[in-house]
Amino acid sequence: MKSTDSLRRSYAMAKFFTYFFLILGAIIMVFPFAWMILTSSKTVPESMLIPPTIFPAKWMLDNFKEAVTSLPFSHLYWNTTLMVFFRVICAVLFSSMAGYAFAKLKFRGKNILFGLVLVQMSLPSQIFIIPQYQMVAKMGMANTIFALVFPGLVSAFGVFFLRQTYMSIPDEVGEAAYLDGCNQWQTFYKVMFPLTGTSVAALTIFTAVFAYGDLMWPLVVNSDLKMMTLSSGLSTLKGQFSTNFPVLMAGSLLAMLPMVVLYLIFQRQFVEGIAGTGGK
Amino acid sequence: MNMKLSAAARREENWGWFMVAPTIIGLVVLNIWPFIQTIYTSFCEHQGFGHYRFIGLGNYIEMFGNIEFWKATWNTIFFCILTVPVGVALALFVAILLNAKVKFKGGFRTLFFLPLVCAPAAVAMVWRWIFNGEYGILNQMLGQNIQWITNPKTAVIAVAIVSIWSSVGYDAVLLLAGLQNIPKTLYEANSIDGAGKVRQFFTITLPMVSPTMFSVLIMRLMASMKIYDLIYMMADETNPALTDMQSLMYLFYRSSFVAGERGYGSAIVVWTVSLILLVTLIQFWGQKKWVTYDI
Repeated sequence: MKSTDSLRRSYAMAKFFTYFFLILGAIIMVFPFAWMILTSSKTVPESMLIPPTIFPAKWMLDNFKEAVTSLPFSHLYWNTTLMVFFRVICAVLFSSMAGYAFAKLKFRGKNILFGLVLVQMSLPSQIFIIPQYQMVAKMGMANTIFALVFPGLVSAFGVFFLRQTYMSIPDEVGEAAYLDGCNQWQTFYKVMFPLTGTSVAALTIFTAVFAYGDLMWPLVVNSDLKMMTLSSGLSTLKGQFSTNFPVLMAGSLLAMLPMVVLYLIFQRQFVEGIAGTGGK
Repeated sequence: MNMKLSAAARREENWGWFMVAPTIIGLVVLNIWPFIQTIYTSFCEHQGFGHYRFIGLGNYIEMFGNIEFWKATWNTIFFCILTVPVGVALALFVAILLNAKVKFKGGFRTLFFLPLVCAPAAVAMVWRWIFNGEYGILNQMLGQNIQWITNPKTAVIAVAIVSIWSSVGYDAVLLLAGLQNIPKTLYEANSIDGAGKVRQFFTITLPMVSPTMFSVLIMRLMASMKIYDLIYMMADETNPALTDMQSLMYLFYRSSFVAGERGYGSAIVVWTVSLILLVTLIQFWGQKKWVTYDI
């Protein structure tokens, strides 16, 4: 048997190491962001000093001005907002309907149709990209908001996820509404849909974060700088300012800012939403 | 039998079809048909403007004889070897730390999770600067002169570091949920036996968290096999290490949309998907050996 004294000492040691590694980890997580912010206020010669200075000589917005003049950020913000908005609306609306039907209704072909959902979920999205791009091009819709939204018109993952949510709601809830004279549609949108708030919020956050970070599809489909998203637009800066890192850092900061602000406001919903959906 | 459906049952069936219709039509148009098309075009030569000519196994023969393709395959596998075991082990470590009784737990979780909401393009841009050979802060701190991104030996490692940094918080949050499901009584019973912390980790924690760990592993593996965005941002066409760091999906992008060889690009994507399915199957087969579903 250990004495209480040595037990207390080993407990204190464990506590020390836990904090040590957590703080070390936190520093590693924060450092790139801090370095980005510090660099974004330096002049180019200042950024290339050896040994480097930590703080900029003076806080200034010149690099942000240069980033905004080289890249149409107002368009990028607007396009990204619209793409995220429409993708979220489509994912929530269509996935709720299908998720409810797959969970609660009896109809012929249900298993085969749900099989299609599972097949899509297990395939990487890149396998669809060439034909999807050709469809958009054939419709003459390249360089539009529609093109950005196109692959996200339906979300197989959303259907799968909301089906699980509806399955966890007892059948009696729907039956009671049905006996009160609701038809299937009314049962769905007046009674069942309002019960899925948490899951719908999770799907919204998941869809938004995924669409916002996506790079390949917006690059492929919208080549006009004014129709790009924040991600694809930012990627064009690296060719333009290959060694001007202060401007590149200012641009990166502008590109990540909206989602980071939303994240800091809705931390809990973000973490639980993205982790709760189990990702894709 | 179907003739005997009651009116109510028939109504329910119509509602069912109506409500899944947008999803099913969307899936067929956006996914199922494109999937078949991609497989077909992998046997074709693209002649411009969406016209294809059937050439049989031509693309595959060209692909399997191409050193750049094999390098991209190896780079992808090497990237997975770096990110999956190291990334998931680190995530488990972070999850265990977060599972302890600590102050500011929420604050730590928020920080570790932060990279996930940042666009990979922006994250990669910041790391390009940190890894910069001449003026990058990493070399300054290490007192080294490593050309992280342009040296063939370190390029994939650099991308892997960024990838692990980006995903460790997310994986940790998933694993933390698994850890919190372990009943406290298991540890209490065990510590009466006088078992040390290390032994507790191997006899209780690891087996109990193994189902969560398995799903995190599968997810991380599938994501790593598809790595594209970080490499697109960190490699340039002029980078001397380009062929030593490009992944299969980046090669797919360059072949299909930069060079315009969509038949060849399709063959690459079909190969990649087959590889992903194969690796996933191996994982599911291997899980019997180490994943504990009930104790």
